[in-house]
Amino acid sequence: MFPFDTASPQSAVIAELFNLIAVIAVVIFIIVTLGVLWSAWRYRHQDGQPEPRQIKGNLPLEIGWTLIPLLILIFVAVRTVAAMDLVDPAPPVDPTPDLIITGHQWWWEIEYPQAGVMTANEIHIPTGQRLLLQIEAADVLHSFWLPQLARKVDMIPGQTRWLWLEVDEPGVYSGACAEFCGAQHAWMRLRLTAHAPDEYEQWLTQQAQTPAQPTTGDAAAGAQLFQERTCVNCHAIAGTAGQARVGPDLTHLATRATLAAGLLTNTPENLRAWLKAPHTLKPGTLMPDLHLTDAEVEQLATYLETLP
Amino acid sequence: MSQIPLVPESEIPLPRLRDDNGLLSWIASIDHKQIGIMYLLATLFFFALGGIEALLLRTQLARPESQFLSPDAYNELFTMHGTTMIFLVVMPMLIGFATYFVPLMIGARDMLFPRVNALSFWLLLFGGLLLYFSFFAGGAPTAGWFSYVPLSQRAYNTSPGLDYWSLALFGTGIGTILAGVNFIGTVLVLRAPGMKLTRLPLFVWMNSVNSVLILGALSLLNASLIMLFVERQFDMRFFDEASGGDPLLWQHLFWAFGHPEVYIMVLPAFGMISEIIPVFSRKPIFGYAFVAGSTVAIMVLSYLVWAHHMFAVGLPRIFNIFFALASMLIAVPTGVKIFNWMATMWGGAIRFTTAMLFASSFLILFTIGGLSGVSFAVVPIDWQTTDTYYVVAHMHYVLFGGTLFAIFAATYYWFPKMTGRLLSERLGKWHFWLTFVGFNTTFMVQHFLGLMGMPRRVYTYPADMPGWALLNLISTIGAYILAVSVLIFVWNLVVSWRRGAAAGDNPWQGWTLEWATSSPPPVHNFERVPPIRSHRPLYDLTPAERTNQAGWSAVSQEIPQPTYAPATLALGIIFVLWGLATTWLISAVGLGLIVLALQLWFRQK
Ligand code: HEC
Ligand SMILES: [Cu+2]
Ligand SMILES: [Cu+2]
Repeated sequence: MFPFDTASPQSAVIAELFNLIAVIAVVIFIIVTLGVLWSAWRYRHQDGQPEPRQIKGNLPLEIGWTLIPLLILIFVAVRTVAAMDLVDPAPPVDPTPDLIITGHQWWWEIEYPQAGVMTANEIHIPTGQRLLLQIEAADVLHSFWLPQLARKVDMIPGQTRWLWLEVDEPGVYSGACAEFCGAQHAWMRLRLTAHAPDEYEQWLTQQAQTPAQPTTGDAAAGAQLFQERTCVNCHAIAGTAGQARVGPDLTHLATRATLAAGLLTNTPENLRAWLKAPHTLKPGTLMPDLHLTDAEVEQLATYLETLP
Repeated sequence: MSQIPLVPESEIPLPRLRDDNGLLSWIASIDHKQIGIMYLLATLFFFALGGIEALLLRTQLARPESQFLSPDAYNELFTMHGTTMIFLVVMPMLIGFATYFVPLMIGARDMLFPRVNALSFWLLLFGGLLLYFSFFAGGAPTAGWFSYVPLSQRAYNTSPGLDYWSLALFGTGIGTILAGVNFIGTVLVLRAPGMKLTRLPLFVWMNSVNSVLILGALSLLNASLIMLFVERQFDMRFFDEASGGDPLLWQHLFWAFGHPEVYIMVLPAFGMISEIIPVFSRKPIFGYAFVAGSTVAIMVLSYLVWAHHMFAVGLPRIFNIFFALASMLIAVPTGVKIFNWMATMWGGAIRFTTAMLFASSFLILFTIGGLSGVSFAVVPIDWQTTDTYYVVAHMHYVLFGGTLFAIFAATYYWFPKMTGRLLSERLGKWHFWLTFVGFNTTFMVQHFLGLMGMPRRVYTYPADMPGWALLNLISTIGAYILAVSVLIFVWNLVVSWRRGAAAGDNPWQGWTLEWATSSPPPVHNFERVPPIRSHRPLYDLTPAERTNQAGWSAVSQEIPQPTYAPATLALGIIFVLWGLATTWLISAVGLGLIVLALQLWFRQK
């Protein structure tokens, strides 16, 4: 639907309201433009023309073009307030979140508190269910925005915001951080996958599992490196000592579609390229360049890929 | 061989501003006309810088995932583009026009405080240079023209750019506030006999209302800048949630300045349009009292709408509703203006000079910006469109399609008065059409980009978003067309200043007092001023009054002494500020300059 694709009841309300305002705006625009063009055509100065009649004003007209816009705006105001409550209903008095989303420079932390699942940059939800999101920020301001699904919510460090989210149809929806948040604001993209409810349950069960740690080969060497090369100070992997939340949770990294908040598709080559030189790919990123050798990169990547 | 030059010099010898026109006479000048011209030249220079920045930004965005600029460079450039255009171009350019024309239009010899007037200008110039110096002092600011905390706090931004940003804007802010005081005083005290407040030319009226707005808004900004600076330098934590502060406090303070600022950049432009459309339609402004009164309504309301910039932060519902209603309300007095301008054209005898082309297309383009502005007052639409390219499109329709078009119109209208020569109409037509096409090509598509989900302030965007690459490319092409149009404009200024057709005193048959003196006016502005019976004094003149200046009254022609005190004082203030970002030694030099300047200031009478 014009003006943008909508995939939730909330965004449908916004789009409908936008169209209403757009119609009013276009009508006013046409009146003004035609008025100006008509004058330009009809009242163009002719050679030898005497001075035109010196009209100083007209009270009824003034009252008219004050009152009519005012009435239109009262109508718009009523629609606005009604739509606000549909698009953004108040959270319950004692809210328990289905998801907790935390904005970080420049990635999204996504937590499912009931299932004990942590992931990053990619949200999965079931269709047709209204979920309550708790919105937080870890460092600077960010803004959580899925254009086809819900209103924008700024993420403010130290303050909590709430958002209702629901999706009509299964599919992948793209989103982004909308508040300028520093060097890599552009690559703080967000991806939401809506599943049919049973499919979603499968996904959640799989994410809730603690993967077995490898014991042989490159993967085992990678696990070792992960502890030694400080990765563990920033990244969590379930079933290991690493529980830090400075960087994205890597437990089920292999199941994610993208890397580094939408910058790269999650392929073996891209994962290696990222570990080798994160700053070349995402200048300014808070993931340090640890000057890993090719062999170390290979072992770490193999480890991360074998985890699910 | 013939000795005759190919291009003959103009036959009419033009009066000069001063006998010795050397550089020093400009630095010491306290003549509002020279200062006005310096304002316009300085802001034109900053306009070129801001324009080049915009071209670099658009070049980066021409293609998805482009590597033309690094993220940091992009962030520096968009911060500087916004800061430059707002603080160093649009606002002071309008002030520059007012500095030149307000005294002339009210029949005064100069501003009320000529030396303060010079001080305002030098603070702007030196402050602007201080801001740009940050490029050489470790990097320009990167937190946007709004510098939201916490991103602008030291923990997230250690570059000195942000210190330069707050100090430089503080310095130019002092100058702007002083200009506001000066305008109010000038209009209250120095009006020619017969010019009641209800007979003020609308440009003067709107500039006065605007000055009241400046006093409140810029004072607030300067106070907030101090808070930001001491927070960064001395760890004061006004805005730190964990220490009992609030990051939203900065947003409230900034927008309580920022929204009035929008009108500070628009009201004088409304004034220009209110002068130009009547003259070229050969009719008085339709509904003078309503156009004037709606300006006051806008001024009052503009202090009550700031949180419409903050609908997405999740303020309490009742706050959002209040600010939504106030923001909708402000559309009413704005609409009243548009309709009155249309009615002024209606039934006129319209001459489409370049000035009138810009002024009448202002009506159409500003209406687009105004209508998209109303859509932000509709809170759910704001939740969708805020922080996207839809806002970028909106505010350029207001500030470029609106204010800048009015400034171009005013330039074609008043250039003859300032220089004695007409701008070339042929180049002017090229300038107009290229600007019109380039402007709409650049910014119309940005509405759609925003609705399609493109956030603003991104240094690049993914290649796989359908339609984004094409629309961005179109926008960039438009920006290049605009660049060409600006080059033509500057070329027109240069050639017409040197050898444009002589204009005479009143080339457009205008009605306000600036047209009752020579072009350019003599140092003391007027020998005598005509009797004033309405807001169109020259229109009301009887043939006798017109030809022999019968009944014209003599005005003061006393010329105050030029002085270096204002320029020195401004330099001293900016040095003190500069030292705060670097070493106290520079501040000490600045203090010395201030002492010196004050001595000069108070010794001369
Ligand atoms: C100082 C903290 C820190 C250290 C140490 C660190 N990382 Fe990171 N890492 C991050 C941050 C922050 C990100 C998010 C980067 C972004 O998207 O901007 C990240 C992202 C990643 C990603 C991409 C995750 C995703 O979902 O997109 C991988 C994989 C990764 N790191 C692996 C490693 C490995 C392996 C090591 C050790 C060699 C390591 N990191 C060391 C902070 C760190
Ligand atoms: Cu961001
Ligand atoms: Cu505003």
